[in-house]
Amino acid sequence: MDVLLEPWRYDFFVRGTIAATMVGGLCGLIGVYIVLRRMSYIGHGLSHAVFGGAVASYVMQVNFYVGAGLWGFAAALLINMLARKRQIGADAAIGIITTASFALGVALISRYRRFTRNFDAALFGNILGVTDQDLLVIAGVSIVTVALIFMLYKPLLFVTFDPEVAPIYGVRIAWIEAVFSLLLAGAVIASMQTMGVTMIAAAIVIPAIVARLLTDSFSTMLWLSTIIGAACGLVGIYLSYFLDVSSGATIVLVAASVFVVAFAAVTVRRRLGGRAARHAAAGRRAQNIAGLFD
Amino acid sequence: MSDSARLRLHPAAPLVEIQDLECGYDGRPVVDRVSLRLGAGQFAGIVGPSGSGKTTILRAILGQVETYHGSVRFPGARDGRCRIGYVPQLETIDWSFPVTVEQVVLMGLAAESGPFPWPRKADRRRMQELLDRLGIGECARRHIRDLSGGQQQRVFLARALIRAPDLLLLDEPTSGADIKTRHEILHLLAELNAEGITVLLTTHDLNAVAAHLPWVICMNRRIVAEGTPDEVFTPETLGRTYGAEMVVVRQGDLILVSDRLSATRSPADDERVLDVGA
Repeated sequence: MDVLLEPWRYDFFVRGTIAATMVGGLCGLIGVYIVLRRMSYIGHGLSHAVFGGAVASYVMQVNFYVGAGLWGFAAALLINMLARKRQIGADAAIGIITTASFALGVALISRYRRFTRNFDAALFGNILGVTDQDLLVIAGVSIVTVALIFMLYKPLLFVTFDPEVAPIYGVRIAWIEAVFSLLLAGAVIASMQTMGVTMIAAAIVIPAIVARLLTDSFSTMLWLSTIIGAACGLVGIYLSYFLDVSSGATIVLVAASVFVVAFAAVTVRRRLGGRAARHAAAGRRAQNIAGLFD
Repeated sequence: MSDSARLRLHPAAPLVEIQDLECGYDGRPVVDRVSLRLGAGQFAGIVGPSGSGKTTILRAILGQVETYHGSVRFPGARDGRCRIGYVPQLETIDWSFPVTVEQVVLMGLAAESGPFPWPRKADRRRMQELLDRLGIGECARRHIRDLSGGQQQRVFLARALIRAPDLLLLDEPTSGADIKTRHEILHLLAELNAEGITVLLTTHDLNAVAAHLPWVICMNRRIVAEGTPDEVFTPETLGRTYGAEMVVVRQGDLILVSDRLSATRSPADDERVLDVGA
């Protein structure tokens, strides 16, 4: 037991755990909308795009969160705009904008070689690096996200389900899309320090997919995905301490294991369910036939 | 016509007036100088080949296309704004999306039902009444995929009706439906029309759908003709609409249309209108 409680004595672990749990929940919540829009790769792309913004803001000596935030929001808006052009589509839009933005970051790094900031953390996630400012940003983004999703629940659901028809029913789609881009960019930026650019996509997609496997109701999927994301963050960070493995990678591996278990369980249940239904049908047929002779 | 509709609408003026409209997408016109009037209480269908602009006309009425020339106005609506319910083609729906019937129907009120995620009591009551009326009251909590084709169509019809529209637009409401469902849908639309809702739909099915409508608009980028099925289902008009030779067979009240290639008549036969029984 002492072994399990041991990491809590360290301040960095407490901060890291809070960060990972909140980020996991945040990504899980946003992920529901991403997965249902079939834009799973936007998380992957946007985090790379933000990496470009992060390096640029460092070079220009702007606060990381301000620079990367503006950059991420602009990238998300551009992707949404391009994705609606028929000749381009969402996948190509994500590919163009985010890779170009990532390339810009790489170019800047190779041009200005004297970096004191460790960009490995931005790429792969580092629990040791979570500062109080990071925690504040994560908490702020989480609160704003939950509040906006609460207030815009109905129009956001309509736009996600049927973007062509929603504006016809009076939903202000441009406004909703802009808010959503802002939320997404916020989630990606808040997650960068803990998850790392390369792991965010999985943190966004996996909890939502697991929740989708378990429910057919949208509202249930929202809170289920948030809880699964938060739990994976918590368990992942714990394991990452004991195994001495990168925090982002551990969280994603935990989430992937949860997916495997959920997928297997649902598959088995469907098989059994199908068999039970066949048994019941056979039983009813037998009763009907018996009824004929009464 | 319901009392509230009577207050909102001028019965004498047309509900929709399209004048000399050229519109399309991405700078490319699809519809070429179309003029069309739809009176309040009318029940009409647009027919035409694929790409003839049927859906585009619906979208023009909804204000969802680029307009290059002409206008769409609603002179019959007293404040110039017509309440429109739109039912998209069922093929465009993502059936694996995790929503229940009631969640879909309540989307119809998404823009006007308050800031909370849950529906207002009055809205929920209205939804249940509507579902009961459409005969799918017991499906409210089911996932949209677990319904029959006719029930699915009714769900999206309910989403349009929950806004109490004056005008109902339906894009191919019968495509992919079996005979029984098609019959049910047409019957239901006729009923709604009898209550005062103006109905405009598109269809590619001349025999099973268009022939049963009171008014048919033949379209191929422009309006080729409009009138009762009896008036417009002639080889000449349909030939100009579809750009193919068409055969029209009449027997009593029944009209049957086929294109030349699938018709069993020999090509040498020039008599294209056949008065079989009459």
